[in-house]
Amino acid sequence: MTSLPAEAGKKKLGLLIDLDTCVGCHACATNCKEWNTSGHSGPLTDINAYQAEQRGVWFNRIFTYEAGGCGPDGKTVHFPKNCLHCEFPECVTVCPTGASYKRAEDGIVLVDAEKCIGCKLCSWACPYGAREYDEIEGVMKKCTLCIDKIYNENLAVEERVPACVSTCPSNARHFGDFADPESNVSKLSRERGGFQLMPETGYQPVSRYLPPREENRVSKTEPVSLARLTEASGAGGKGGKKAQAGKFLNWVDSVLSR
Amino acid sequence: MHPAFSVIFFTTASGAGYGLLALLGIFAAAGLLPASTWLGFFGLAIALGLIGSGLLSSMLHLGHPERFLKALTQWRSSWLAREGVIAIATFVPAGLFAIGWVFLNRNSGAFGWLGVAAAAMAALTVFCTSMIYASLKPIRQWHNGLVPFSYLALAAYTGALLFLAITSLFGVVSIVYVVLALLLGIMAWIVKAAYWRSIDRSRAQSNLGTATGLGRFGEVRLLEQPHTEANFIMREMGFQIARKHAAKLRMIVHAALFGAPLVLLVILLVAGQLPAAAVAGLALLAVIAGAVGVVTERWLFFAEATHASMIYYGREM
Repeated sequence: MTSLPAEAGKKKLGLLIDLDTCVGCHACATNCKEWNTSGHSGPLTDINAYQAEQRGVWFNRIFTYEAGGCGPDGKTVHFPKNCLHCEFPECVTVCPTGASYKRAEDGIVLVDAEKCIGCKLCSWACPYGAREYDEIEGVMKKCTLCIDKIYNENLAVEERVPACVSTCPSNARHFGDFADPESNVSKLSRERGGFQLMPETGYQPVSRYLPPREENRVSKTEPVSLARLTEASGAGGKGGKKAQAGKFLNWVDSVLSR
Repeated sequence: MHPAFSVIFFTTASGAGYGLLALLGIFAAAGLLPASTWLGFFGLAIALGLIGSGLLSSMLHLGHPERFLKALTQWRSSWLAREGVIAIATFVPAGLFAIGWVFLNRNSGAFGWLGVAAAAMAALTVFCTSMIYASLKPIRQWHNGLVPFSYLALAAYTGALLFLAITSLFGVVSIVYVVLALLLGIMAWIVKAAYWRSIDRSRAQSNLGTATGLGRFGEVRLLEQPHTEANFIMREMGFQIARKHAAKLRMIVHAALFGAPLVLLVILLVAGQLPAAAVAGLALLAVIAGAVGVVTERWLFFAEATHASMIYYGREM
């Protein structure tokens, strides 16, 4: 059924992504691909994997933006984006076959690859660009919120989170139930001003983003000269000594390089 | 949006086919068309051939065309499923109408009513096709109230050009058919011009600042896209046509789809009594010009459409 569940379920599982701490390392995308290629919607196929014009299925893609101008005034923000598991996902309702569906129990949006005819209409209906067409299998795929990991009883309880969350080295990705006001994600979202992407679409994305902290902004004053910093701390000493030290180090370098 | 040839051919061919089917049904029911075997066979074969080949073509861009029957199941929520169901159902009255006309030489009375039913369902199918596009919120140029009118008007107009050519080829010449094609052409022209005016004036709801939520820090620009190569989203949604090329192609549509056929129709109108062969010749010229025009129009419908997801890739909307 591509009609949405009549009643919202008890749980609304989603991700809370911290744009303040994300370092743009792409580990989440890499681990996502590794887990999911043998998971519910696997394989995540590639075309021209080791040559030019490479393309393939990725459920998670990381953008990098600069906000507020260039140079020291600007803020570099890494921006991972995958399916937001919307409350009113029109990618589901446009599906003619019943392949796309939203689970009533936890709100996860999935594709049943057995029913998909590969018409790509769902990808047209998603304003977030979260759908991924598998050219080799001829079916549409998407983020499953690691449904085969978060409910996997063969894993330790603390490992039952999406692959992107468990691998994030800067703890920028949080997973939880947004329907529960006392959940980790709900509380964090409240404290830090979590926001939805493009709320004007009316799709009501469940997953949210935490904005970069204003105070982390690099000083708006004069750019700091590193050379002057070393002088101030006395690390470089006087000019003459510095030059001599340079000559000495060059000599050591040349001896060692023989 | 990427203009896929299969979908362009599908919407233009089946649109003209449904238009032709509807006019054959309505005029036969009104008792204005002779129930001759060859007119019925030729007219309905072209109408149903265009519809059928269009529907088959639309399956070419599917990843799994063999599963197409599944696409009829979700008519409660999906315009694509509704289109599929009604497109197939239309063949029932259309087929019975064709049997009556071609084999029994009856195209009015009860068979006329089958023709009217086929006409109504043809219109409904074209409406469903248009709603597949008009219901997509992420695409500003499609999520526009004029899209269904534009699809319906163009199907009726291109069908009327075919109708005029086919009837005159069989010696059935009537000023009514010329006037009808002329009026439908003027109507479609007005709708299309209004549509272009509307999409040129409308602005995207979102920009990079609002879409990322980073606008609070000032102007936002894309520093790096996710991958070094173009991905599926970029290739499917990122097709872009230069504004100057779009302007030229719109001129081609104005000239080929509307200007040239309407001039030919006016010539037919003022020339008065022309031999059927001359009418057929001019009508065929109008059909050829119209075909070039409507394919260009549909190509532009895709090429000019921008998708909200491309905002994240730093694209101006």
